[in-house]
Amino acid sequence: MSNKKIINALYGDDDILMSAVKKTRAAGFKIKEVFTPFPVHGLDHAMGLERTRIAICAFLYGITGTCLATLMMWYMMISDWPTEVGGKPNFAYFYNIPAFIPITFESTVFCAAHGMALTYLLRCWILPGVSPKNPDPRTTDDKFVMQLEVKETDVDKVVAMVKESGAEEVKVN
Amino acid sequence: MQLNLTYTFPSKLKTTSFVLMGLGLLLTILAFVFDHGPEGAAHGEYNHTHFWANILICAFFFMGIGLGATFFMALKYASEAHYTAAFKRVYEAVSDWLWIAGPILVLVILLGQFHVHHLYHWMDPSVYDTASPHFDNKIAAKEGYFTPWFFWLRTAGFMFVWMWCQRTLRNRSLLEDQAGGTLNHFKNVKTSAIFLVFFGFTSSVAAWDWLMSLDVHWFSTMFGWYVFSGIWISAMIATLVIVLYLKDNGYLEHVNESHIHDLGKWMFAISFLWSYLFFCQFMLIWYANIPEEVTYFQNRLETNGYKFMFWLVFFVNFALPMLFLMSRDAKRNRRFLITVGFIIFIFHWLDIYMIVMPSTVGRNPGIGIFEIGPFLLFLGGFIYFVMGKLTKAPLLPVNHPYIEESKHHSI
Repeated sequence: MSNKKIINALYGDDDILMSAVKKTRAAGFKIKEVFTPFPVHGLDHAMGLERTRIAICAFLYGITGTCLATLMMWYMMISDWPTEVGGKPNFAYFYNIPAFIPITFESTVFCAAHGMALTYLLRCWILPGVSPKNPDPRTTDDKFVMQLEVKETDVDKVVAMVKESGAEEVKVN
Repeated sequence: MQLNLTYTFPSKLKTTSFVLMGLGLLLTILAFVFDHGPEGAAHGEYNHTHFWANILICAFFFMGIGLGATFFMALKYASEAHYTAAFKRVYEAVSDWLWIAGPILVLVILLGQFHVHHLYHWMDPSVYDTASPHFDNKIAAKEGYFTPWFFWLRTAGFMFVWMWCQRTLRNRSLLEDQAGGTLNHFKNVKTSAIFLVFFGFTSSVAAWDWLMSLDVHWFSTMFGWYVFSGIWISAMIATLVIVLYLKDNGYLEHVNESHIHDLGKWMFAISFLWSYLFFCQFMLIWYANIPEEVTYFQNRLETNGYKFMFWLVFFVNFALPMLFLMSRDAKRNRRFLITVGFIIFIFHWLDIYMIVMPSTVGRNPGIGIFEIGPFLLFLGGFIYFVMGKLTKAPLLPVNHPYIEESKHHSI
């Protein structure tokens, strides 16, 4: 039933990959995914990916961390068991605020960092026991794969174009 | 494409800088003439402390811009950064300002040694004399450190080495334009590495000598870094604003959005460094609450009426860059950068004001002609000198080994 084919084009250099990505998009084909061994600057822009929303997540996780830390310290140090340290006033959170800043900061960073990492892993579905989506293990070493999904009728044209753009190997499946 | 490599100092900007200097000088003279000191002070007993404190604030703040730019220049050589090559001439020109502002600062302090002003309590010889009613055993214990020959060895020595390193780096950079090759570049890398090590120790000690010793009974090991981060950000703002100004006027074709973004990142990041050091110093002292340590904050928060200004300086210098420069788009937007840059530039001057004023003048004198006069005078001089220096060399270091990389800088 499927009249779509997956084309995996293997490249040996990030500059060649970048120009190939730009050419392919200029020719009007949509790039499904690119697998690289290291982050390539400007690739997301060249692929036409939407801007990441992880910054919004980071902000929300950070705010959660700030609130949790504040609540925790207020409950422990002020409300439940007022603790006097070094003669500092302990009847209101506000008066002792400089002492609470480092923990608030740490907790904010902790929640933002862990939240972002977990969100990333879940969103990309990189979890223990999940089979890898990577089409070629060499992309974890020194090769780059551009993955395209095209109609069966376009396959020959695309393969020719990709080869011309400098691909070392092209696989169609 | 014909590149616009030579900067011509437009007469309009020249006039502006002269107006600033003239107005500043007028206000400074007026301030000096009408400065009669606190009411009831007998004639001849008042040493124009308010006036001299402001001269010291501006001399230090503006010296810091030149020194910060020198540090940045050395940092970029030592780390072999490529992206800065496209706007290298700008911070080089700013660093040349050290040759004007450095000697001015040393001169201002030297006047204290000759008792023209009494900003530094420990420069009075009677505090070391056990027979004198002014004897102060806390200062007398530091006599070895403040002995004039040792103090002046440090002050003159540090300034001399900094200025010498600046001149060496700049001259080799100019020589590279003529000679080509990489020899001068790698010589500069070596000089920069040595300068950075020297600067790392001496910037702290200089901050103790010139600013912390105003509160001679007080000490803080965090103080040197705190002052240093302040001068560094002032230098970055000056560089960024001049780069944007030159771009607006059709120069620096090779400076693209990524370069601006990187300079914006510096401004953002060093604001955090400064806030971090400010808060570290405050929080540790506040928490430990040891009488000999809290005097500094006592003078600023409890007595003398600086409380509002003290916290304002911290919140503006911390919150403004954080809120307005956090996003990537804001760091590429010249309107955001210039607005935030100008405001925190003023507030970093106010930070030096917060260091000097409570220790010298005492009660909060507010902001008036005493403060504005010297500031305008120095600002006008700074603009005139730095813009003049920009005309002296091509705006693009054509033979810099990383110039091609810098032209294609993209993040």
